[in-house]
Amino acid sequence: METVVKVDQLTKKFGSFIATNAISFEVKKGEIFGFLGANGAGKTTAMRMLSGLLTPSSGQASVAGFDVATQAELVKQNIGYMSQKFSLYEDLTIQENIDFYGGIYGLSRQEIKDRSNGIVSKFQLASVIHKLVKTIPLGWKQKLAFALALIHKPKVVFLDEPTGGVDPITRRQFWDLIYEAANDGVTIFITTHYMDEAEYCDRVSIMVDGLIKALGTPSELKTSFHVDSMDAVFQLLARGTANKI
Amino acid sequence: MILFALPIALVVIFGYALNNDFKNIPIGILNQSKDQTSVKLIHRIIGSGYFVVEQTLEKTQDIPKAFKSGKVKLVVFFPMSFQQDLYHAKKAQIQFIADASDINTAINTTSYLSGIIGEFNNENGRENSSGIQLSARMIFNQRLLSVYLFIPGVIALILLIISALLTSVTLAREKETGTLELLSISPISPYMIIIGKVIPYLILSLLNSFLIILLGIFVFGLPMVGSVALLILACFVYTIAALSLGILISTRVETQQAAMFASLVTLMMPTMLLSGFIFPIESLPLPLQLISNIIPATHFIILIKSIMIKGAGITLIWKPFFILIAMTAVFILVSIQSLKRNK
Repeated sequence: METVVKVDQLTKKFGSFIATNAISFEVKKGEIFGFLGANGAGKTTAMRMLSGLLTPSSGQASVAGFDVATQAELVKQNIGYMSQKFSLYEDLTIQENIDFYGGIYGLSRQEIKDRSNGIVSKFQLASVIHKLVKTIPLGWKQKLAFALALIHKPKVVFLDEPTGGVDPITRRQFWDLIYEAANDGVTIFITTHYMDEAEYCDRVSIMVDGLIKALGTPSELKTSFHVDSMDAVFQLLARGTANKI
Repeated sequence: MILFALPIALVVIFGYALNNDFKNIPIGILNQSKDQTSVKLIHRIIGSGYFVVEQTLEKTQDIPKAFKSGKVKLVVFFPMSFQQDLYHAKKAQIQFIADASDINTAINTTSYLSGIIGEFNNENGRENSSGIQLSARMIFNQRLLSVYLFIPGVIALILLIISALLTSVTLAREKETGTLELLSISPISPYMIIIGKVIPYLILSLLNSFLIILLGIFVFGLPMVGSVALLILACFVYTIAALSLGILISTRVETQQAAMFASLVTLMMPTMLLSGFIFPIESLPLPLQLISNIIPATHFIILIKSIMIKGAGITLIWKPFFILIAMTAVFILVSIQSLKRNK
């Protein structure tokens, strides 16, 4: 299985504060990799480095075969991204958003048209395609944002807390989309607060204070920590640092 | 902190700016007579503290250039026959030529000078029917139209609102909604992003400025003496400066509200009060004068007045152009630095 994300002693320091402390891991093609941790644990910093937004202080990482420090532009061309804010232009219509993001990734007009039709039929957006994004319900925005993250068929897609604020049914539907994409060979790198979502991932890592304190499949972790839920695993690891304070 | 600093700043600025006392007005002297009386009078004028002799002219042909370059606001002209007229006919004429593109300054300097001359006359035992008499002439704006005063300022302000305020707000909005993050992860370079955001406002600004200028000319009678190309260039350069200011503000703020507040406080207010729009710069105390110099609008207003009202050419007014371009470069550099630090 091809390794799509390779991280080796990746470190980021802001002055004397070490946000990400020499983390190392690998993600294979088509894997759904959960990147967990409390706020401030260093997840977002790590993701920003992997998406070519932040230069590492030391260590290496390669995404889709490109080095994040020296080939950031190529990395960007080959990844998709979706944040919890969805990053859609609320004042534009759905169609306009599709056209815009397609254009940004350099798709030809025909490609945009084809993929646009694909998105519309898959999510049944035909009736609302010309409505402003701010008028459609949250669940639809979420699906649209995900579809746009994939519009240029990237190898890796980074999802930063993509299910914030939606109801459980919508969350379940969203995960169906994620499984579908993973089956198509897209590697999913997802950060989340919801520990039940951690169970859906192929493998997870848990970051605490800039370090990776756990790495493995959900069942492996549950077994090694002698607990029966990812939530409990997380509590154990997080409480460790809480005591230090 | 802002709650205290802002009112204090406002009181200080208004207290100083609203005072209509004139000091250190630059004037030029053309003394063709060079006799004792004229020299004494000139000393008296300088001694009053209101005026500073910026240029000593030799020929009448030099006068228009002195005004066009903006170096002097008024010229005092002693004709060659001054000495003889005074001692033989007991009355002589001096001519004041005032740059009336700055109406308030022109009116006030004329009246101050009249006062000084009146005093001088009285001290030397001459009454008003004899003695030194004043012939005042307003150039560039004979009818003392106030439109000359406010149209350049209005253009500067509107361009500032569109280019700086709206630009900063729109970039801040992309930050707020998270679309900027997505754009930065996309293959588009940050320069492209900024250019893309800024071009619509550039076009809007230019169109607006032309609209206001045309209104000024055709509805209010603002003259258009200088070159059109130069005027367009001036608007363009100023718009770019204002745009780069808007970009700078947006790199420093996180929300649209903050962008709007920052634009209003750091741009609008100083521009309205300190750019020479309403209150002449010379009458401001030194610290405020310094601030006035770093406001782009100040230089733009000088450019507009010089080009439209005085018809100055590029050789005379290259300095404000250069300053605006330099300001733009500085703003952009600082913006890039801010962005790099965020990386």
